[in-house]
Amino acid sequence: MSDYRLPPDENIDVSKILEDLEHYRPRRRGWTWREPAPDLTIGPFTYHDCSKPLKDGVPLPPAHNFGDVDPQPLPVITTEIASGRFEDDIRRMRMAAHHGADHIMVIRTSGQSHFDGLIEGTPQGVGGVPISRKQVRAQRKALDLIEDEVGRPINYHSYVSGVAGPDIAVMFAEEGVNGCHQDPQYNVIYRNINMVRSFVDACESKKLIAWAGMAQIDGAHNANATARDAWKVMPELMVQHAINALFSFKAGVPKENICLSTVPPTATPGPCVYMDLPYAVALRRLFSGYRMRAQMNTKYIESSTREATVTHVLNMLISKLTSADIQSTITPDEGRNVPWHIYNIEACDTAKQTLVGLDGLMEMVELKDAGYLEDKARELTERAVLFLEGMADQGGYFAAVENGMFVDSGLFPERNGDGIARKADGGVGAGTVIKRESDYFAPVSAHFGYNNVAQYGGDPENPAALIGGCTLEVPEKIQYIDELDESDNVYLRMEQVQDFKQPHAKKIKPEMEWLADGTVLLTLCFPAEKTIAEAAAIECAKRMGLSEIAVISREVLHRAEGMRIELKGKVGFEIDVDSLVIPPEPDVMSDEELRAAIADRPMRIVCGTIGEDEHSVGLREIIDIKHGGIEKYGIEVHYLGTSVPPEKLVGAAIELNADAMLASVIISHDDIHYKNIARIDRIAREMGVRDKLIFLAGGTQIDNDGAKKAGADAGFGRGTHGNHVATFLVKERDRRETV
Amino acid sequence: MIKREDDYQQRRKHLAKFSDEELKKRFWSLTEQLVDPLLELGRENTTPSIERSVLLRMGFSSLEAKAIVDGCMERNLLGHGAGNVVFRYAKHKNLEIRPAGLALLQPNAMDEAAGLFGGAR
Repeated sequence: MSDYRLPPDENIDVSKILEDLEHYRPRRRGWTWREPAPDLTIGPFTYHDCSKPLKDGVPLPPAHNFGDVDPQPLPVITTEIASGRFEDDIRRMRMAAHHGADHIMVIRTSGQSHFDGLIEGTPQGVGGVPISRKQVRAQRKALDLIEDEVGRPINYHSYVSGVAGPDIAVMFAEEGVNGCHQDPQYNVIYRNINMVRSFVDACESKKLIAWAGMAQIDGAHNANATARDAWKVMPELMVQHAINALFSFKAGVPKENICLSTVPPTATPGPCVYMDLPYAVALRRLFSGYRMRAQMNTKYIESSTREATVTHVLNMLISKLTSADIQSTITPDEGRNVPWHIYNIEACDTAKQTLVGLDGLMEMVELKDAGYLEDKARELTERAVLFLEGMADQGGYFAAVENGMFVDSGLFPERNGDGIARKADGGVGAGTVIKRESDYFAPVSAHFGYNNVAQYGGDPENPAALIGGCTLEVPEKIQYIDELDESDNVYLRMEQVQDFKQPHAKKIKPEMEWLADGTVLLTLCFPAEKTIAEAAAIECAKRMGLSEIAVISREVLHRAEGMRIELKGKVGFEIDVDSLVIPPEPDVMSDEELRAAIADRPMRIVCGTIGEDEHSVGLREIIDIKHGGIEKYGIEVHYLGTSVPPEKLVGAAIELNADAMLASVIISHDDIHYKNIARIDRIAREMGVRDKLIFLAGGTQIDNDGAKKAGADAGFGRGTHGNHVATFLVKERDRRETV
Repeated sequence: MIKREDDYQQRRKHLAKFSDEELKKRFWSLTEQLVDPLLELGRENTTPSIERSVLLRMGFSSLEAKAIVDGCMERNLLGHGAGNVVFRYAKHKNLEIRPAGLALLQPNAMDEAAGLFGGAR
């Protein structure tokens, strides 16, 4: 076994992951739920429905205000990662885990459903990754290291569907895959795989899923994404969930591992919570004992990531008002189809932020048990029962599918005649279902159905004993294939970007999904209608030297006054890391050193927000003792307030015999912030006090070089804390005295 | 399905008297009625994919499993189980499972195995 470990501040070395995969064995099997942490107290807060915190992770952006707390919600959080190159996805998985994902779902390459067998090796995928033993092994091995780093088990997941379901289920059971999608209805309706074959195969797959303790997710959410009016399929969704849930349970999967993939069907500008909540309530009542995997709405996503994010937050409100065991996160780029690193991370943060923000909600709020909510939930349940009665009347599941009962856009019992119909003797794999003979025998574990073990004197409870155990008991029997295609594999792809290989790359390029892909995203706004704006945006990108330019989003600010365009392109250059001029980290004295320096020689300052400017928060953060400002070091602060004229600041400094002036300059249009700095400097010179006074300027749009050029001694921008300012004041006073 | 107006109010009449609990029970008993025959199909039948999955568990690679299953299909042996074909052939030849399965990649050996099941039909 490899002894490679992840250095916390260094890139993962993917080539180390690929070493010695032949001998890798998964460390555990089965699904892991989060560990609840009731009444968790971290930093200044107590949480009511959070889980055990991570050992290492990236907190939400405002966390620095609260001691960098990073509370983790109770549901498992999913992220879907599959860029086509599994080696690059490994790095994204690490980023996602640090942002709170503990369910990594790998989407399969387009067409794998119809591949009759296992794919081997590591070919590049389209719209997903070719799921092979080597790829699964490499990613599971990487996740072992990543879960050690974050201190929480990470569930790895892909799909057991298509015409090779049982093959894949065996491989997943052998390789320690923790969760999977498995729903024969998906094969039938969306992949046109023969329905008899799909259900017979599914029995075997589910038996293997049960053996491996995998969590299983169904495919019902696809009906929501496919139907013309998504909210009208609610009765059918309940039926699809029920068929797969009960079928799985009867095939041996425990209820607590059977997860319904449920989507709030509607989206804004529809009154979506009003429509989706009764459905969510009805579903959870009918399916007590099963798990809820709260999927997000993808049906109505457009190319605005902001809009998608709000839809997903509303979806999570439904999760919170009802329940979710697994909270899915659809990336906000779903509608613009650029599955990039940044969007996985945004989606994970959206889930964490929303669920933590709604922590404890249900201690204060409860759903009404009479009126519209109850009536509507009852109505939806009745419609679902009528749907089932309709299926039974027609002669069962197969007849109902043949008659096009599914994915019809009418709210059952309304029918629009536009459902997806399939033939029981048609589709991919038709005619491949074979009756078992009386001597049928399979000497393996986790096998479903008739098995004549007795003919060989074996134990029906343990057919594999007749061969000394199968791969499920004796993993050494697994046959590992490394690569089959010499022209399409991970080694060739990595060779092509060898110069950029991390860690310690000497060359670097911007990256959105694949190492050194060079992809950048530009946001532009033009005062023009859409055709002009779009053409102008493309022209801009060309002149900026980008190639492979494509507009990925357009939003109207006003038909004529403004158009927002987002586009992607690739840069044609690379950056030599050694040639970069990296500014030194800010020089910061310790709190003890600062207190000692001020105790030794007191210091007095005057400060205020300058100009016609009522912003006060930033400056108060820098000065107030309760925000960790400079007062805490003993500096005497005279705060003059907001909208202070420059003359008044200098006058107060003279009057109070201050050592320094601090000017907060926030408003920045027309460069007014730098103009005000220059005015203060000029007035102080005219009054003959500039040499005696240290003059600092700060604000969100201020940088040190700009402030110095305008006449201040230093400038402080976003991210500045009291200790930065205090350090400068103490050091500048010392410097002036030694000159 | 042919088009139909929403006649929910008409159709629900027999459900109106059900309590929520009774309605839930009816939902699940109807579902059971629909899935039981599907499970029965699974008990009584097999497929090339199921048989490949058996061979994978017996210690064959995906390529080997596919070739053995194809050989069984050509000789109408799949109903006995591809694993059974390998198992019986191994006993017959006094071989371990893996060398027996690899031997069956040769058409002659597969023909011989078919003889152990009453010959190809």
